[in-house]
Amino acid sequence: MTLFRHRMLETGKEMAFEAARMALDSAGLERKDVDAVVLGSAPDAFDGFHMKGEQLLDGAGGFRKPYTRVFVGGGTGVFVPIAAWWHVASGLADIVLAVGEEKMSPLQPHPQYAFWTIFDQFLERPLGVTLLWIFALEMRRYMHVYNVSEEDIALVAVKNKANALDHPAAQLPARITVEDVLKSEPICAPVKRLDVSPTSDGAAAVVLASEELARKLTDTPVWITGVGWNVDTTYWTNRDLCYPEYLEKAARMAYKMAHITNPRKEIDFAEVYDPFDYKELHHMEGLLLAGKGEAPKLTREGVTQRDGDLPINPSGGLLGVGNPIAAAGVMKVAEVFWQLRGEAGKRQVKKPVNRGLAQAWGDLMQVGTVVIMER
Amino acid sequence: MGRLDAGWHGCNNGEVKRLKFAGTPISPEEWRNESVFFKKEEFDLKYAWDTGYAIAKFLEGLKAGKILGVKCNRCERILVPPRMFCEKCFRKVDEWVTLRDTGTVNTFSVSYVNNDASRREKPLVVAVIEIHGASPGMGILHVLGEVEPSRVRVGMQVKAVWKPENERVGAITDIAYFKPIEVM
Repeated sequence: MTLFRHRMLETGKEMAFEAARMALDSAGLERKDVDAVVLGSAPDAFDGFHMKGEQLLDGAGGFRKPYTRVFVGGGTGVFVPIAAWWHVASGLADIVLAVGEEKMSPLQPHPQYAFWTIFDQFLERPLGVTLLWIFALEMRRYMHVYNVSEEDIALVAVKNKANALDHPAAQLPARITVEDVLKSEPICAPVKRLDVSPTSDGAAAVVLASEELARKLTDTPVWITGVGWNVDTTYWTNRDLCYPEYLEKAARMAYKMAHITNPRKEIDFAEVYDPFDYKELHHMEGLLLAGKGEAPKLTREGVTQRDGDLPINPSGGLLGVGNPIAAAGVMKVAEVFWQLRGEAGKRQVKKPVNRGLAQAWGDLMQVGTVVIMER
Repeated sequence: MGRLDAGWHGCNNGEVKRLKFAGTPISPEEWRNESVFFKKEEFDLKYAWDTGYAIAKFLEGLKAGKILGVKCNRCERILVPPRMFCEKCFRKVDEWVTLRDTGTVNTFSVSYVNNDASRREKPLVVAVIEIHGASPGMGILHVLGEVEPSRVRVGMQVKAVWKPENERVGAITDIAYFKPIEVM
C-alpha cells in the first residue's frame, strides 16, 4: 500500500502502480505470473475522468489481461478481493492481482461535492443534500433506537486514531479524548469533525492465488474461507436506518461458507468499516459480532481494544489511517493478512489469532461486503 | 520532494524485508503556493432528465398541493416516494393514493454545511419524515422550519408548509418545509 494522505503528488495510476508493485514484490511475483487483474475505485466524479478503470489499467498491471473494474460504492475495497476470489475459485485464474485505488483530492473545492451526484435528482438534490446528512440521520436513528450516547460513539474515534499511531502509512493518527470529539466543530449534528474520517489519496493491493500455487509461494498462506455481499434498496428513506440488514445478509453468506455458526466466538478480530465512528458500532452489530445496541457496551468495556477479547480495527481504521475509499477497504484486508501472519508489528493484537474478518460498506447506506480470512 | 521512509512490513515466509510505503504527500503550503504543477479545469455539463412515469405524476401532485403515493395490491404496501413498480413483489403497482401532508420525524440532523462542505450561514434542520397515509416507515427526505433546532425530536408530528400556488412549479421544493404540528 501507499501512504494515505490528503493530497498526493502521484496520479491515481502511479499510486496504483506503487501498491501493485509492492504486492507483487512481497509475493515474489512478476506481472507475467498474473492471470487476471481486478481493480476497484469509487465514483469517477472525484477524478473528473470517466473510464477510470482504463485510466488506471496500466498502473494496476492489467493491460492485455482479463481485467475488470468493480464498483459497489464505499463497499468496493472489500469487494475487490471478493471479485478476485471468484476468479480463482471458479478455476479461471491461478494468480489474481487485486488493486484498490482512490484519488479524492482533485475535486474542488472539496471531494464531498461529488457525493451530491449520488442522490436522486428530483427528490433529494434540490434540498441541498450532502452525504454527511445521511450519516447524521443514520447516527441519530441508531442513537435513538438503542439509546446510545455521543460519548460512547466518541470512544471509537479515540481508539482508532490511537491505534493508527502505530500504522506507518496513517494520515490522521492522534491521541485524543472523548471530550475532544464532543467539543469538535459540529458538521451535521450529531456528527462532529472528529467523528469523521478524512478524505484521502492512496492505493493498496493484494495477491490471491489458488490453493496449489499459494502453498508453493509461501509456507504461511492466509486463506479466504468466506465471502459475502448484499445490496439493499436504494429507497433509503423507506428503511429503518437503525440496523444494517443488508450487512447481516452479507455476513451470513460469508459465515455459511466459512462454516461459522457463532461469529462472536469464532471470529478472533475484525477490520470493520469506520468512515464515521458510529459506523464501527453499527457494523459490529450487523456482522453479529455484537447484539443490537450492544456494541457501545463492548467498546466501553475495552473488548474492542487491541488487547481486548474482540479487537476491532487494530490498524487504526479509516478514522486513523485514512479513507481513500476503495484503497481503504483493501487496506483492511491487508491488515487482516498481516495480523494473521503475526507481521503487524506494534499493531499486533495481543491474543493469538487464527481467523479475522474485513468488511466494507457503501452507497446510500445499502452495501455490505465481507471477507473472512484464516491462517 | 523526497520519499518518506514510512516503515516496513515483514513479508514472504517470515523473512523481514524493509518495504517503503510509497507516496509523496503534497503539503498545504505547496498546494497554496502552487509550488508543484497542477492542471486545473472546469466542466460545464448540462443535463435534462426525464422525470419518468412515477415521479412525473408525483411532481404534478406537489404542484397541486398533494403528496401522492402508490399502492401495491400484492404486499398491500402504500409507497412514497412513488414508483412505477413494487421492488419487493417485482410487479407494476396498482393505484395512486393521495396521502396526507403530515408526517412523523423518523430521524433528523442539524446541518452546518453546504453540499460542497462549506459552512452554512444558518444551520438547516433536515429530516426523514414518515408520511401519514403511507405504510409505516415510508419516509421522504425534507427540511424542517419554524422550529428551533434544539426542540426537534424523533417522533415529532409535522405538517407540510406549501409555497403559494402561483410559485409551485412541480418540484420537491413546492413544499417549502415541514413544521411541527404541536404548539412549541
